[in-house]
Amino acid sequence: MQEFEPKIVAFVCNWCTYAGADLTGTSRIKYSANVKIIRFPCTGRIDFMILMKAFENGADGIIVSGCHPNDCHYSTGNFHARRRWIVFRNLLNFTGIETERIQFSWVSAAEGFKWADVVNNTVKKIKEMGPNENYKKIAVSTLFNEEEIINE
Amino acid sequence: MSRIGVFVCHCGENISATVNCEKVAKITGELKGVEFATDYKYMCSDPGQTLLKEAIKEHKLDGVVVAACSPRMHEPTFRKACAEAGLNPFLCEMSNIREHCSWVHPKDDLTTEKAQDLVRVMVEKVKKNKALNSIKVPVTKTALVVGGGIAGIQAALDIANCGHKVVMVERQPSIGGHMSQLSETFPTLDCSQCILTPRMVEVAQHPNITLYTYAEVESVDGFIGNFTVKIRKKSKSLDEHICTGCGLCTTKCPQKKIPNEFERGLGFRPAIYVPFPQAVPNKPVIDRENCTYYIKGKCKVCEIVCPVKAIRFDQEDEIIEVPVGAIVMATGFDVLKPDFFPEYGYGKYKDVIDGLAFERLASASGPTQGEIRRPSDGQVPKKIVFVACAGSRDPAKGIEYCSKICCMYTAKHAMLYKHKVHDGTPYVFYMDIRAGGKNYEEFVRRAIVEDETHYIRGRISTIYEKNGKLIVKGADTLMGAMPIEIEADMVVLATAGVANHGAEELAQTVHISYDPYKFFAEAHPKLKPVETNTAGIFLAGACQAPKDIPESVAAASGAAVKVASLFSKSELTRDPLVAVVNRQPAPVYSQCVGCFLCQSVCPYQAIEREEIKNRNGEVIKTLARVNEGLCQGCGTCVALCRTKAIDIHGYSNQQVYTEVMALLND
Repeated sequence: MQEFEPKIVAFVCNWCTYAGADLTGTSRIKYSANVKIIRFPCTGRIDFMILMKAFENGADGIIVSGCHPNDCHYSTGNFHARRRWIVFRNLLNFTGIETERIQFSWVSAAEGFKWADVVNNTVKKIKEMGPNENYKKIAVSTLFNEEEIINE
Repeated sequence: MSRIGVFVCHCGENISATVNCEKVAKITGELKGVEFATDYKYMCSDPGQTLLKEAIKEHKLDGVVVAACSPRMHEPTFRKACAEAGLNPFLCEMSNIREHCSWVHPKDDLTTEKAQDLVRVMVEKVKKNKALNSIKVPVTKTALVVGGGIAGIQAALDIANCGHKVVMVERQPSIGGHMSQLSETFPTLDCSQCILTPRMVEVAQHPNITLYTYAEVESVDGFIGNFTVKIRKKSKSLDEHICTGCGLCTTKCPQKKIPNEFERGLGFRPAIYVPFPQAVPNKPVIDRENCTYYIKGKCKVCEIVCPVKAIRFDQEDEIIEVPVGAIVMATGFDVLKPDFFPEYGYGKYKDVIDGLAFERLASASGPTQGEIRRPSDGQVPKKIVFVACAGSRDPAKGIEYCSKICCMYTAKHAMLYKHKVHDGTPYVFYMDIRAGGKNYEEFVRRAIVEDETHYIRGRISTIYEKNGKLIVKGADTLMGAMPIEIEADMVVLATAGVANHGAEELAQTVHISYDPYKFFAEAHPKLKPVETNTAGIFLAGACQAPKDIPESVAAASGAAVKVASLFSKSELTRDPLVAVVNRQPAPVYSQCVGCFLCQSVCPYQAIEREEIKNRNGEVIKTLARVNEGLCQGCGTCVALCRTKAIDIHGYSNQQVYTEVMALLND
């Protein structure tokens, strides 16, 4: 049987983690190709409904990463993201989706090694957890109306 | 139907060594809406950019995706190329298939597939991109300088000499700040007044500088290039335009026993006073709290003696409004209050004074005309103890930082004392000697070697009075913590430099951030040391952290250059990647419901209230509106908005949801 290759989406901020991932590249540190990055200006911009959207479209795991606390390019965006994550995690627990599928981390522009570690550890963890079948059972199409936004 | 061009870069072999670039171009060329797709060895090279420009024209492309290195590297390059070919630069996006793909993965099919995925994401995103124009903001070419110490003076003169107007506001009756109180300056022992007062006069006489002393900033509205500042001119109780500064009133005032703040309480002043002889402007003010007329309702001696009839007892505070384009904060610092040191007896014993008071004792224009005499009985002290780090580097006192200037001025004090009292013995108790700076270490060495100052490494436990002497108890930690007791005639505390009183309120008034010690916060500790987080507001001098004179002057000139570069154009150009509140036709007007949660999270005060009025002028709806001049495009408001009424250009909800869906559905 073919090995399970998880689909993992990384939501990262432009100033720290995106630049940190650039450094991983410049330093030629290898990591798993399962993770694909989507760039945001700041973790504060990440509306966590988009995490649900990613699960809905078949993501097996998610990484959210930004500047370390107090290092935010916009002063406070990462604090908002952190607070939002705490609330969102409770919501996930309530709905029955495994919170372990979301990795929240801080990676600075100087932490190329850390980014590779975050990616590899997340891929390893998600491979152990297996495909995200649970979500499909729980998902109710009426919960989400983002298609309307897209098709506007 | 879109007409998108995809350009896949080999980056020499940096990308093509692990990614099959031809295949990426071929597969993505088959995507819906892609009109043209190709691969090229070096997209960023001149021929590569020419290829891009010609393809835009030939295929009438309305969107471009360049799959190459990180957009942090070459996004400006390709956007510029697009603009040169007549395509709106914001319709160009980059896929990062080098740093995020070819360099971090081995050569296999998965890597090429990932590259395809990344390109597909950007193709779908660029379909939702909007043509945007750079934001232009007009600039008022007048700067406000808050604070008239050496930093404010330097900043004001530098800006004014660039040909721009400057408004300077100073809280005290005279400019000059702490530097005007100093006797001599380290490490050259220049007379402080001699180097400062010409600058003060230059400020007063400069045609581009408007000086408001005895005035404070009341409010600041607006944004970079377009601030409106309200200044409260406190009543001086006299007409400045008539007053000639003859000083007769100050000699005749019957109220003469008010402790002189400028002399750190070592001398007295009348109720109508000029803070010091070289004050600029050299015109008196009436201190209403201590004036007999304001207390008892009669006196008016000054009015009677004034030869030009300039006294105005009924004068009121005046509020003036000035439009400015930039603000330099140069409000300086303060020194710790006496109640911090019960164990040192500061405030209890007259002969325990702080460094600033010692400066006045040593100053030729001070209360003792430059002779070192102790405040209690006027005797010349034969043994004097200087205590470094009085409050600084002391978590127990709540001040964990190093005040930076004390090591140097303590060495200077010891030298000045020894130069004036040849048979005297100076002692310095210190924790470490921090003398980093040009000629600083040599200066301290001179104090120790040439002027025979006894440096004792250790702290002082207590100071008490006994038979007219101050008994100083401490320990010498270089002698195995040997207890030391010195019978001193006078003690000088190098008290910590702290944020100026009222710094917190002022920071809130002008909307800048401050650190836990109430010092104003810079935008970046290394790369933006004179900028604040609020665009158009800059920092100079010790309002940011304790600084010595050279550092304050350097920071002030730095801030002045920032202001001058801002004023070098009549319009500011900014990236249009900012938030925007959606608008709809009446009667809905907008999805915005006016909850203003966005306002509460915005770090830049960029959200304003907009009122929609009907024909009768009644407010029928209140909406949020984004000030494009202030918004920095972080998008925190977008994620928070309950009704999705607010969105951000470049990272709109539509764009990011499209990206996620494109990434996961191949």
